[in-house]
Amino acid sequence: MLAVVGTVPDLTFDLTVGQVCLSGDQVVINGQHIPVNRGTSALIGAAFQTLSIFGKSEITAFLAGDIGLGSGSRKIYHHLVHDHALSGIETIVFHYLQPDVDWHNRVLFKLTDLENRPVMIADAGFMYAAKMSGQAADYDLFTPDAGELAFLADEDAPHPFYTRGFILHTDNTVPDLVQRAYQHDNAARYLLVKGATDYIMDQTGLLSSVDGPSTEAMEAIGGTGDTLTGIVSALISVGMDIPDAALAGAKINRLAGLAACPTPATQIAQIIAKIPEAVRKVLKDAP
Amino acid sequence: MFNFSLFKKKDIPRHESGSRAGLGILVFEHTSDVIQAEKRLRSEGWDIRVMGPPPEIQTGCDLVVEFPLIEQLNILRLLEGFDIKPLQVVPVTGPLLKPVDLFQIKDFGDFLMVRAANMKLTIEKKTRSIVNISGGGCPDVPYLAAEMVGKTLSESPRPLDIGHTLCGYALGLAFEEMHKQCLLL
Repeated sequence: MLAVVGTVPDLTFDLTVGQVCLSGDQVVINGQHIPVNRGTSALIGAAFQTLSIFGKSEITAFLAGDIGLGSGSRKIYHHLVHDHALSGIETIVFHYLQPDVDWHNRVLFKLTDLENRPVMIADAGFMYAAKMSGQAADYDLFTPDAGELAFLADEDAPHPFYTRGFILHTDNTVPDLVQRAYQHDNAARYLLVKGATDYIMDQTGLLSSVDGPSTEAMEAIGGTGDTLTGIVSALISVGMDIPDAALAGAKINRLAGLAACPTPATQIAQIIAKIPEAVRKVLKDAP
Repeated sequence: MFNFSLFKKKDIPRHESGSRAGLGILVFEHTSDVIQAEKRLRSEGWDIRVMGPPPEIQTGCDLVVEFPLIEQLNILRLLEGFDIKPLQVVPVTGPLLKPVDLFQIKDFGDFLMVRAANMKLTIEKKTRSIVNISGGGCPDVPYLAAEMVGKTLSESPRPLDIGHTLCGYALGLAFEEMHKQCLLL
């Protein structure tokens, strides 16, 4: 079973744990509706659409309202550490959460203490905390974009906001930054670097990359990274190897984007709607 | 399905700096500012600590305030409300680190995108409407997107006013840079 841990930008949204589904452009959990257009709900929407092609729909979400004050994130952290057995979870993805090293460590230790440790994927704020904690190597997959990769590559930076200019500079190639991140133990077992070219890498170097179909506008659209993480997480949860899932996910995300005929003003819900068609095409064409 | 090799807490390498990696330091000119800042921040429930400055800090008085770095924007705004201004704000793990000041500009024809650190802001040139906010990982990013997308640059709230985290801060820098870029259009 796939579990998604993240926040929604609504302070009135209390800690909620349950099965999620997608209804039109809304994610539904325990009768509550959340627009799919933002953050973790976009990830959930993409994962749900991907799983639907496999005849599956089981996603457990751990959500709470948080607008950057951290209170919702701390409710989730507390719940994961103290109130939930976390049993039956085979793949878990952490997303928009207030980076908090102490809480991160408690959650990580709870997961690594489980008899059946799940595949652990981190993106967004929780990935920042994982790097800051020095425990990045315990994760199976990080899904950074270019700015976040520079942060992972900068052994001194506690947040992307403090990434040093000589590392952030666009002259640095993705493989060079990935190598630097691994040198300082600031990367997960696999990295899927999202960008004009998507790179799937590990400590040994480049495993695969995807640069087409190329739709330049995708870079500007909020949520395209979230959908990619959601698609890949769903593919891993149905049993695909992580590098294969990352490669297929990158292709699916690009095809879904292309099918939405995007401009920089396109909203992510339009792309999420195209994911099932893209999953079918990529899996059909797979060797 | 995925049953990896088991390992326990005691086997996990704990990095000594791990627990302090998320902290920042407020440097003030006078000890009286430190006392005021401590009082205001504690009364608002912040988990802070007053301590001696690290050797890299060459300015200010002989006390600094340690705080959760991620909430830098929120804390600076609170102190500003009491007219308390630190000389410097730096991460504990790298007192010489500075906020990102490198902007990347991408022209899409009818649209313009500014990236600051991990945050991207895109507008339609003709209307100056914010059409997308992308990147970032802190929970105020989806909140800021909900508050800003669809509004013009002049109608939109400033991320530096309503954001709370370093991602909000980075978006704030992209927002200010976008204003500058628009003057050149």
